[in-house]
Amino acid sequence: MASIPTRIDIQQADGVTVARFKDRRLLDEATIDLVGNELYALVDDMGCEQVILDFSEVEYMSSSALGKLIKFHKKIQSVAGSLRLCSLKPELQKIFKVLALHKVFKIDKSLDKSLKKI
Amino acid sequence: MSNTNQFGYTIQSELSESSRIQEEIMMLLRKLGFDDEDLADLHIAMEEGLANAIKHGNQLDASKQVKIEGMVDGNMVKIEIEDEGEGFNPEEVPDPTLEENLDKPSGRGILLMRAFMDTIEYNDKGNRLRIEKTCSIQG
Repeated sequence: MASIPTRIDIQQADGVTVARFKDRRLLDEATIDLVGNELYALVDDMGCEQVILDFSEVEYMSSSALGKLIKFHKKIQSVAGSLRLCSLKPELQKIFKVLALHKVFKIDKSLDKSLKKI
Repeated sequence: MSNTNQFGYTIQSELSESSRIQEEIMMLLRKLGFDDEDLADLHIAMEEGLANAIKHGNQLDASKQVKIEGMVDGNMVKIEIEDEGEGFNPEEVPDPTLEENLDKPSGRGILLMRAFMDTIEYNDKGNRLRIEKTCSIQG
């Protein structure tokens, strides 16, 4: 049985899972590993296919955390699911733009917009 | 500010040590009154530089050490990170923004450091990194 997530808040409605990161900083490896495992469990253990990741609390994240995000994206793709990201703060938007990750992920300004588009 | 502050640490190649030392350095830099956004940029660059030194340079070998030397001169923060690894040529790291590399793991740390710092430079061997940033003082 999947353990209860501690680093992300999960809400589900109408087949859509909204996962909101609780941490302000996704920098240290221990936190990143936990977050990564909790994200993967959404697909592997909970069978989620339509997922919105809410970054409203996150101020900045490292390339290692982005690696987990990319792996999570692949997992979603492997089950023919859909992933949207929302509410990125300016600093995070800068990181995504520098790394051209806005080409990889579908990013919305707000959770409402993601809920409409997913 | 006209003071010069210097700091230096030697840590084992463990990511938990890296986190601990970064907190110490960030606490020092916060006390100097730098702008939050500049501090965030420095934190990201330090994390990436130290992660590269520990994971890729020292290959997570805890018997190897990472040296961190820093200097704050007025508004300018300079940090050097040296590992005991074989070094590498940063020019040979694949560009992670190219279409074919977008989902590959390597190269993002260096690119983030380049984006957030004024200067990022490796020595010829590629095992000593220097990052520099001129910061604003919080108003």
